[in-house]
Amino acid sequence: MPSLKDLKTRIDSVKSTRKITQAMQMVAAAKLRRAEEAASAARPYAERFDAVLAGLAAGIGEDGPKLLKGTGSDQTWLLVVMTSERGLCGGFNSSIVRLAKAQAKKLVDDGKTAKILTVGKKGREQLRREYSDHFVGHVDLSEVKRVGYTNAQDIASDVLGRFDAGEFDVAMIYFNKFESVISQVPQELQIIPAKIEASEDATVFDYEPGDDEILAELLPRGVATQIFAALLENGASEQGARMSAMDNATRNAGEMIDKLTIQFNRTRQAVITNELIEIISGAEAL
Amino acid sequence: MSGTMQFDLVSPERSLASGQASSILIPGADGDMVAMPDHAPVVTGLRPGIVAAEIDGGMLEFLVTGGFAQITMEGATVLADEALPKAEATSAFLDERIAAAKESQDGATGATADEAAKRVADLETLKGNL
Repeated sequence: MPSLKDLKTRIDSVKSTRKITQAMQMVAAAKLRRAEEAASAARPYAERFDAVLAGLAAGIGEDGPKLLKGTGSDQTWLLVVMTSERGLCGGFNSSIVRLAKAQAKKLVDDGKTAKILTVGKKGREQLRREYSDHFVGHVDLSEVKRVGYTNAQDIASDVLGRFDAGEFDVAMIYFNKFESVISQVPQELQIIPAKIEASEDATVFDYEPGDDEILAELLPRGVATQIFAALLENGASEQGARMSAMDNATRNAGEMIDKLTIQFNRTRQAVITNELIEIISGAEAL
Repeated sequence: MSGTMQFDLVSPERSLASGQASSILIPGADGDMVAMPDHAPVVTGLRPGIVAAEIDGGMLEFLVTGGFAQITMEGATVLADEALPKAEATSAFLDERIAAAKESQDGATGATADEAAKRVADLETLKGNL
């Protein structure tokens, strides 16, 4: 049975843990608001971009650029796994990693080659044990305070450089889509070759300079835009996941404090009773 | 709708302007163009320059560093790589872009080098006009 002093120390320690988790929850809530704003500010561009691209792609025949039509093979895949740089955010990273692992396993079972590019430290740590020999690169965003379009462009140019060098045929990105504070859904999205839904809109556009040039400019931008959108969704999801994880932790700490306090009071009562018994039986013995 | 057309200017990070404009000046890759209502549908690349929209008789001017624009009969959408109100643009901002463009020019050959040289020239003209 723990002594009164032990219990007191434990209660104090849980109390300070609760203070930390509470603070983290509040920080995450503030960051979440900012991340959500960033994500919604980026949405109009992505939507309009898709619309323009859909119009363009509809007019392209069988022989389009490789970014759109693929290399004609699907032997080598690049999985871009985007996770957070920091932990303590519940199942945020594991859910992305689980999805990516399933795909990697399927590819290996089918006799195909899977290459993994990790963005964010946490995913890399989780994948290292099983898939470290599939790693082809890592993007470190730990120094980045606020994810900007340039970060997405850097990742995109890395991916496109590898594509041009013939390192892979198909590229997928893995990230969490932000639904709400309590729900973030892991997603896999094919970025190369681009999946474009042809639009119903039959407007015929003139292209300046030519449609090939425009398409050649647009497709790499499309990759960057999709990566940017994924980074922002991930940012909001991470804060949301952290917020609910820390909320749970705070509640658990509260319950634990209650339990320990009851135990502390009972023990103190038992000690008092014991002392009384000793005094009384001492007096009786006289 | 006669007289005005929908105008939207968006960059990857935010939406900068949206409204009914009577004319929009767009720095197209092959030369400036002015879009007015019932313009033929065009998709054009952008060179670094000023996008100017005439809204309610006033001019809204934005600096863009590149991107593309889609013009339809009903409206024009400018998807800029980077955009900011002209009043907020500084030559320091452009100097950074010029330095980056020069860097890519140094490493390039052939057609890419020509493109990079054009970009440097466009950016420098833009800086001169600021």
